[in-house]
Amino acid sequence: MKKLPEWHRIRIIDNPVIRQALVIAGIIYLFWSMSSLDIDWVRVGKGFPRAANILAHMFPPDFSRWQLLLRGTIESVQMALAASFFGMILAIPVGICGATNLAPKPIYLAARAVIILSRTFHEIIIAIFFVKIFGFGPVAGVLTLTVASTSFISKMLAEDIENMPSGQLEAVRATGAGFFQFLNYCISPQALPRYLGVSIYRLDANIRHSTVVGIVGAGGIGQVLAASFSRYDYDFSMAILLTIMSLVFLGEFFSNWVRSQLR
Amino acid sequence: MSIILKITDLTKTYPTGTKALEGVSFTVDKPQVVAIIGPSGAGKSTLIRCINRLVEASSGEVLLGNTDILSLNSRQLRRARRQMGMIFQEYNLVERLTVMENLLSGRLGYVGFWTSYRRKFSKKDFADAFELLERVGLSGYQNTRADALSGGERQRVGISRALMQQPDLLLVDEPTASLDPKTSRQIMRLIVELAHERGMPALVNIHDVGLAQAFCDRIIGLTAGKIVFDGSTRQITEQVLTDIYGEEDWSSTIRKIEEENEVGAE
Repeated sequence: MKKLPEWHRIRIIDNPVIRQALVIAGIIYLFWSMSSLDIDWVRVGKGFPRAANILAHMFPPDFSRWQLLLRGTIESVQMALAASFFGMILAIPVGICGATNLAPKPIYLAARAVIILSRTFHEIIIAIFFVKIFGFGPVAGVLTLTVASTSFISKMLAEDIENMPSGQLEAVRATGAGFFQFLNYCISPQALPRYLGVSIYRLDANIRHSTVVGIVGAGGIGQVLAASFSRYDYDFSMAILLTIMSLVFLGEFFSNWVRSQLR
Repeated sequence: MSIILKITDLTKTYPTGTKALEGVSFTVDKPQVVAIIGPSGAGKSTLIRCINRLVEASSGEVLLGNTDILSLNSRQLRRARRQMGMIFQEYNLVERLTVMENLLSGRLGYVGFWTSYRRKFSKKDFADAFELLERVGLSGYQNTRADALSGGERQRVGISRALMQQPDLLLVDEPTASLDPKTSRQIMRLIVELAHERGMPALVNIHDVGLAQAFCDRIIGLTAGKIVFDGSTRQITEQVLTDIYGEEDWSSTIRKIEEENEVGAE
């Protein structure tokens, strides 16, 4: 039979020795790390009946303290709304200053530094700081979520402005428009629908995050949840979890609906 | 005859080291339509943008009337810019605004922020806008969003926006390069007619030598940042085009124009 030309498949790592050595090294590391983590299999084994016990105590969920539940839920929603609102307002100057095609270099760098800095730490860490400063309660929660919302919305806004075709900006500048007129007649109409969409998305995210920051004491339904867990009120915890689920579901539904209305 | 635009020894070197303009000088002293032709990268766009300072020139002088454009501060520059209407290749309308708002943005240099924010322009501005829409053939389009228009329609809005400024000078950058041949001729004709009607000079960057010869009064040839030809449309010869663009068989380009001239003479 005639000898066929050579062919081969393309692998991520061509050298078969290196490839197989890497796989073997990975497996060895996995075994080593499992042994070094010192996993106590007896405790893991005891965990399962305990989980079953907790689950058993969770049913039926206890809605009898519905007033506390309602107050926590309303507080969470208010925290999310307030934080989204302040975030939307603060994001406008930060976003405009953070767009290379609008702001001079020093202002641009300052705005970008603000955005990066506030994205560096997770909400939980920021919440712990604010709880230390302002004490337990929703003030710390609102501030935390405001920081997170501002950095998120302003980053999106800045990138949206930077992606605008330069021709439109040039054309409105060439008419002799002032800076604020330029914002009003060129930047705002082009950026508004996406800005609103991002803000609504952020409102939805804030409702989810407001339940988390409560756990470190920053107010809202999360704080109620943490308290119920520490008091072994598992049936009340279940009621809170169900409430959070429906809240997040409603938030997502609302945000999707609003964004579908924007074009 | 009073000088409308006088450019002296204009130079532009980009930060990359590219010399876009090297000592460009010319004067426009009557309301004529001046075509600026030349190969891609010759500096045509840079030249036009140095006049309203969308691009900052490296050295030289630009006089618009008695105003020394290059020495103005930002407030004075805004006042000077409203006297120069600009028309672009990509139309550069603000797409989510209506046709009317795009036209009104031509008045931004004349009104304060709150007036423009509330869209409370003067009755005369609105009357001018409707008159212009009718003149360019877009009556009834005032509430249409700019992104719903075709290329030719968008350029008509672009022209109207520039004219809303009541400018002393039109700067036109490749107005037809994104349009089909028929629309190109209509748009060129419209620009030239409006410039003549209003006694307003225009500088038109244009690739299409045929269109330049058919519609413009004067032609400036730009090559590698230098003016190599400045004369009336009739003076274009094969030798001139070779000077501007380099060696090529120009006979067909020239012949077409001679035929048009004969038709015009009959």
